[in-house]
Amino acid sequence: MIEALKERVNDDAGLVWRGRYLTTNFLLEIGRTAWLIAIHEGRIISVTRGPFVMPSSSFALRTSDGEWEKFCERRPPPGSNDLMALIKRRVLKAEGDLQIFMANLRYFKEALAKLRREGVAA
Amino acid sequence: MSASFEPIIGRYMHLDLSGRAHRIYLEEAGEGTPLLCLHTAGADGRQYRGLMNDPRVTRNHRVIAFDMPWHGKSSPPQGWHDEEYQLTSAQYTAMILAVMEALALDKPIVIGCSIGGRIALHLAIEHPERFRAIIGLQAGAHVDPYYDLNFLHRPDVHGGEVAAAIVSGLVGPDAPEKERWETLWHYMQSGPGVFKGDLYFYKIDGDIRARIAEIDTGRCPLFLLSGEYDYSCTPQETMAVANSIAGSEATIMKGLGHFPMSENPGEFLKHLLPVLQKIGGR
Repeated sequence: MIEALKERVNDDAGLVWRGRYLTTNFLLEIGRTAWLIAIHEGRIISVTRGPFVMPSSSFALRTSDGEWEKFCERRPPPGSNDLMALIKRRVLKAEGDLQIFMANLRYFKEALAKLRREGVAA
Repeated sequence: MSASFEPIIGRYMHLDLSGRAHRIYLEEAGEGTPLLCLHTAGADGRQYRGLMNDPRVTRNHRVIAFDMPWHGKSSPPQGWHDEEYQLTSAQYTAMILAVMEALALDKPIVIGCSIGGRIALHLAIEHPERFRAIIGLQAGAHVDPYYDLNFLHRPDVHGGEVAAAIVSGLVGPDAPEKERWETLWHYMQSGPGVFKGDLYFYKIDGDIRARIAEIDTGRCPLFLLSGEYDYSCTPQETMAVANSIAGSEATIMKGLGHFPMSENPGEFLKHLLPVLQKIGGR
């Protein structure tokens, strides 16, 4: 499912353009599963599913299966509708070099919201 | 296509605030009971455009919104370039009372959102006799920081872009696209460090938990309206305030977020108009 990120982001020309200065790798961990996501100038280059021995990434986003499930609902309930809402409730941890995450926050929010069912925007 | 004009009139006012000269921008529309509007952190008075453009409000109310110093079209005071902006409870209260005096407003209704909702609670404690009624939108007694505020003001993160991105999820899911992005644009336009300086009041200096039960609604009626999707000031936090103040009236607005008057004026007015009617009938 997370693998769909590549096509959904790369098909959105506006989103790719907004990420044109963004080149990084980040780790997304949902429950016990991790994905390493590589971005080059706003385009998703690869989405690699773990487990990994020594994954290198600029930052990691970690949450539970249950919270991710709610986040991905077509109309998420209050408190589950946004990455910052999850962070506020301490159910999403953002760790690592968060300058990259925060400097491109709109990009990351819009990209991950594409994993919602039907790909509805945040 | 011919041009059309809104009934809103804007002008600049010069006045001293906390001993310093300021040039303050304010807008108003309508006639009747003064309704003084306080915008959220890092935004400006344009958030109240929906109220000022609705005849159901303006036929009985003189709706006034000023941009706080450093915000919107109000300038920071001279010397700002060598300072770090930090809003305090004392400055904020003095500013509101000074604007009321400058405009000779007699017992206005005050309506404030977020930081404006918080200062409305301060006003309810300290100056209840000055107001006809107090309406707190997204008003909680305290908010714990939930992200590193330093990201709001550093050279390697665009302040306007990050401010809008941080608050974007606070807009409710039913907001019309036009109003959602208008609301976020105001955040994108905020000056360097201004949103962060406002949050000093919201998250640190303005914590009013210890005093909230002092509010006496017999001296000034208090209405609380909060959006269901606000995770900054949650409905639970608004209800906690309401439950500790006898006589306060609280409503949780379904589908709305942290910026009800700006993100979805049409839906918000369904909740506000009955409150204004109730205040008018007192």
